Formats: sequence, C-alpha cells, structure tokens
Amino acid sequence: MIRLTIEKKLKAYHGQQVLRIDKQFATGSITKIYGPSGSGKTTFLKVIAGLTNPEKGIIIADGITWFDAAAKVNLPTQKRNVGFVFQQYALFPNMTVRQHLEYATADEPWIKRLLLLGKLDNLETHKPEYLSGGQQQRLAILRALATRPKLLLMDEPFSALDPKMKTELVAGLKIILQELGSTTLIVSHNPQELDGWVNEEMVFE
Amino acid sequence: MDLSPIWLTLKLAGITTVLLLVIGVPFAWWLSRGRSFFKIIVEAVITMPLVLPPSVLGFYLLLAFSPRHGLGKWLHDSFNVQFVFSFQGLVLASVIYSMPFMVGPVKSALQQLPAALAEASYTLGKTQWQTFKSVLLPNIKPSLLTAVVLTFAHTLGEFGVVLMIGGNIPGVTRVASIAVYDSVEKMDYTAANNYSLILFSITFVLVIAVFVFNKYQAKSPLG
Repeated sequence: MIRLTIEKKLKAYHGQQVLRIDKQFATGSITKIYGPSGSGKTTFLKVIAGLTNPEKGIIIADGITWFDAAAKVNLPTQKRNVGFVFQQYALFPNMTVRQHLEYATADEPWIKRLLLLGKLDNLETHKPEYLSGGQQQRLAILRALATRPKLLLMDEPFSALDPKMKTELVAGLKIILQELGSTTLIVSHNPQELDGWVNEEMVFE
Repeated sequence: MDLSPIWLTLKLAGITTVLLLVIGVPFAWWLSRGRSFFKIIVEAVITMPLVLPPSVLGFYLLLAFSPRHGLGKWLHDSFNVQFVFSFQGLVLASVIYSMPFMVGPVKSALQQLPAALAEASYTLGKTQWQTFKSVLLPNIKPSLLTAVVLTFAHTLGEFGVVLMIGGNIPGVTRVASIAVYDSVEKMDYTAANNYSLILFSITFVLVIAVFVFNKYQAKSPLG
C-alpha cells in the first residue's frame, strides 16, 4: 500500500498553481490517471519516484517512509524500487536493446522473457536510433520492468503502439504485473484505452 | 636538428591531457549539475586562462611557487618539490592553463543531455557514479574527444606561461614553441621552420582526426 499527502508548486504559463494530492493506492492495484496537459500528472509520478520533491507532505510505501518534508526524510530514487516509463522514453543512445536490460538486471531468463513480451528478441543488438517509435516505447516499458519493481509508474506508455501490438502487450503485462504484485499508475491522455484493465482512476483538474 | 623540444612538448601535452581527463571531466560533471553562486565563481576562475594573457598567469605562478617564500618554499622544504624552472612546473601550469579546454566542452555536452537519461538510470537503482560512467560519459563521446584534442593541441602551442614558469632549459623546460622563438632570436630560420612545421603537422592531423571521427562515429546500427 502506498499512502501519500503532498503539496507541490507547479510552474504554469498563467502563473503558479499548487498540486495537492491526498491518496492511497492498494498493493497490486492498477490506477489510470488522466487530466488536461499541465495539470501535474508527470510531476506527480516524478514526486513518487523521488525525481523531484514536493514542498510539503509525506509518502509512505509498505510501511516505509519514502518522504517526509517535516522530518526531512527523503529516500533516494535508487532505493525506492520504482519502475518508470518516461513519456519521451529516455532510452540510452549508447546501449543496444539487450544492454538496456542487462544494465538493469543480471537475470538472463527474465531478460529473455521481457524481450519476448515486447517482441524485441530479434532486435536485441539494435540501438534506439534504429528502432521505430513503437519499438522504442516497448523497450522503455521492458526496461522499467527489468528490476521487478514493486511500483510501476508509466507516463503515456502506449501512445506510439498500434492497436494490435497494444492489445498483445497489455495481455502480457497483466500477467507479469500480477506475478510481481506491482502497484501500477498509468498516465494516459486516452483513458478509454485502459478500460477493462485498470481498477482505479484518478482525475487531475 | 635537436628533437628534444618536440619530445618534451609531446610528453607535456600527453601528461597534461591525461591529468585533465582525470581532474577535468569529473569537475565538468560537478559544474553541469545545478547552479549556485559558488559554482559560478569556480567556473569564472577556471575560465580565466582563456582571456588572461599567458604571461600574467605565468607571472603569478612564478610568484606562488618561488622556492624563496610562501607556498613554493613550503613545498620545497617539506617535500623537496620545486615547480619553478622544472618540468613539474610546466605540467602544473599547463593543467591550469588548459583546464577550460577540457572542462568547457564536457560541461556543455553534459548539460545538453536530457535530464531523463540520468533519471531513468536512477530508477534502475544505479548510483550517480554508475550513471555517469555507463550512461552520461558514453553519450558525450564526440565532445569528450574534442575536449581531449583541444587540450592536447592547446598544450602543444603554449608559450608565455611555460616560458615564465619554466624558462628555457634544454631537455627540461625547452618545449617546441620556445625552441621556435629561440631559433628565430638566433636567426636560425631553418630550425624555426622545422619545429614550426612539425607542430603545424601534428595539430592539423589531430584536428582532421576529430572531424573524421565525429562524422563517422555511431553510424553502425549494431552495438
């Protein structure tokens, strides 16, 4: 279970707004997050991952305090065991598909399974610039799963996938997330694409 | 023709470049991460040699490391190290003088990398050092190579600062640029031309090599 109460200032064209969130996510739940651009969805995911800090608040995951502004507690990202799929993928240009996964884990059977899940097993020696947008996005998802995260944060993870590939990938993801028992938060501009999969939703105004 | 100034110059440039790789690259990384008033001051100080007359820098180094007083005396008395009129002095001066040529390109390249690259690495449990070594550094290879070549080439051409702190001691501090000046002073234009031609050729080949490398690197789709 992840419980958080945070307050974070957001920079916006029309001045400053404050992101206030008080929410808890059950272990293993899958939550879709949607709302207009600039409402703080990506910032929210980054706050949970520890990539940016809120001004106020507390984040507790499975009884461990990740962040507490008042007590000056801030667990580094590296120790939160969070998988993150970045909107712009953030793939490493110097690494091949396989090297991306090897950088994250030494578990060879797991790497093979992920490559099959993302249908990238025949592209494992290719670097990101030689992959299509959809292939890059799948690699970003596989890399985030490679560490077997307890919390998976996905920012527009299916935007570049065709419907057939998305259906197949989601089917495989469901099984893996269930096995890992991961709590998942998915930011999407197209909430309908997650219908029938997620069991919670969160709307940003 | 006495080739010792050429060898001495290459040795000085090689040692300076290696030292600046070890010191300057982590330093550039530190500078590239966030801004503070302290970092602005530090960056201004290491950029000074770009605009400061080399003789001014050499003069202050000469004063600072004179074995007769202050820091130079302490180094001499405590460790028997003398930077004035010695090869070590040339290395020290070159490291300071060429620092902006290593730090500048590396820092700019690191700042231009998307922040999400490092962030993605952190979410995989990697430390800042692992991220720097495995993700950031390999993705600034062209800039790193440019910095190495600029540093090496710049050290080859140093004159004022090395003359001030090292003087003109054959085999010890008489580098090629000083040998050119010395030869011209003695009206020995053949020797001056020989030294100049060698320096010109080395520098030209280095710069061409950088352009060729940066043009063709990372063209293979395979790892």
